[in-house]
Amino acid sequence: MCGIVGLFLKDRALEPELGRLLSEMLVSMTDRGPDSAGIAVYGPPRPGAGRLTLQSPDPEGDFATLATDLATDLAATLAATLDADPGGAPGTRVTLERRGPGAVLHLPDAAVAAARAALPRLRPGVRVTGAGRTIEIFKDVGRPADVAERFGLAGMTGSHGIGHTRMATESAVTTDGAHPFSTGPDQCLVHNGSLSNHNNVRRRLRHAGLTFQTDNDSEVAAAYLTHRMAGGCDLGAALEHALHDLDGFYTFVVGTADGFGVLRDAIACKPAVMAETDAWVAFGSEYRALAALPGIDAARVWEPEPATVYFWRH
Amino acid sequence: MQTVDLATTPLRALNAALQAQATHTNQTAWEVLNPRGAHAIAVGLDAPIHVTVRGSTGYYCGGMNKSAHITVAGNAGPGVAENMMSGTVVIEGDASQYAGATGHGGLLVIKGNAASRCGISMKGIDIVVHGNVGPMSAFMAQAGHLVVLGDAGEALGDSLYEARLFVRGTVKSLGADCVEKEMRPEHLAVLADLLARAGADADPRAFRRYGSARTLYNFKPDNAGAYG
Repeated sequence: MCGIVGLFLKDRALEPELGRLLSEMLVSMTDRGPDSAGIAVYGPPRPGAGRLTLQSPDPEGDFATLATDLATDLAATLAATLDADPGGAPGTRVTLERRGPGAVLHLPDAAVAAARAALPRLRPGVRVTGAGRTIEIFKDVGRPADVAERFGLAGMTGSHGIGHTRMATESAVTTDGAHPFSTGPDQCLVHNGSLSNHNNVRRRLRHAGLTFQTDNDSEVAAAYLTHRMAGGCDLGAALEHALHDLDGFYTFVVGTADGFGVLRDAIACKPAVMAETDAWVAFGSEYRALAALPGIDAARVWEPEPATVYFWRH
Repeated sequence: MQTVDLATTPLRALNAALQAQATHTNQTAWEVLNPRGAHAIAVGLDAPIHVTVRGSTGYYCGGMNKSAHITVAGNAGPGVAENMMSGTVVIEGDASQYAGATGHGGLLVIKGNAASRCGISMKGIDIVVHGNVGPMSAFMAQAGHLVVLGDAGEALGDSLYEARLFVRGTVKSLGADCVEKEMRPEHLAVLADLLARAGADADPRAFRRYGSARTLYNFKPDNAGAYG
């Protein structure tokens, strides 16, 4: 059992409320997943800049001077001048936004790949949980309310977001095993269920050149969709393929830079409720997760059909 | 009218109060406010009281009901009226998966749609769905009636025993050993009564009847020894 929540805002005026609304939804699903929790928020993009979400067991030691160290290192590697000053233009500066045990590193598009290569050398204890132009992923072991508090989720702004509360069945209770899983730029996936053919699919994807951070079945689903989308599918088509290639129980919610998708397996044991108003589209494992949303009493509420792809985009 | 607000009263206090009602209670009408998807609302009741839940419920609302009349003025989560013995449960909106599962008796009315596995392993309950039912409905249904005014999803009545299924709309597919059967006058009479009790304005003659072909392994006398 796990809990999933998702919120996609149509009304841009609600964007400053995204973190607060999503945190409440996440905490309402504590009973379904007390082992770990995580959230992916798609924040406002910055022109010319990408971002990496980082996490460390020693945030003070790892993050205090990281922006400066990275700017210096990358300037040498890229033979370009980078600025660790927050006042600079987004396309030329490296900045770090601390969030508890996590941090969001904003850096010029051209420097993202070099930064990922440099990080293991500069900060071996730091793990990259998300990468892209808008995605920020924060996840940790512990009860959802504690995890939300640790990262300050309630204060986050964004256009859409996905959250997950985990009751572990297929791999260990660790930060790495917490959802969301991100295997491609601005992509993430959360999963309620268990896949039965994940070893085979993982092996095939490894042959295709994908890499995995964990033994977790849900990471395989994320990588599968990344692989399909890299091959030219849009999210909807990638999810259609998943119906044939992924075996087991699943309700997936998948995020991309401009939207999110929902897919349940053909048996659809894993619960799912959706609601939509003029202002938002929301997903919850249970109605409880939606009960506090503004305007829920007048929302259209329905249960997504088995083996049917749903997705919304801006 | 007794009103219980779940925004201020714990769920266990509500259920304890409802379960404590005797057969001849004076407190026959109850209203539950702010359910907000909570689980197991009004379960295990054993008195002919009327309970109206104003809003949507989570898992197992009205489970194990005996004698009580429960109305949900909203949608119901998974397993509504599971293992009901008698009484009525009415859902004004939609019901999630396995509504009425294993029910032994009573009447479950769903005014919207029911999701997958509606009436799974039903053992005597009557279920009337004004809208559609999802896939695998009446799976291994043993006794009772499932009436669907709309359409039925895939594998209706898979491996069913003696339950009778009536569908007015289309059936996406029939499950193993489920077949269409002749609608005889006695079936029309039963169906007319169920429709009337469920507040459904529909002509019984517009329905088709489905039931067990009784050809699976467990119906063969030669295999009786396997169940000793």
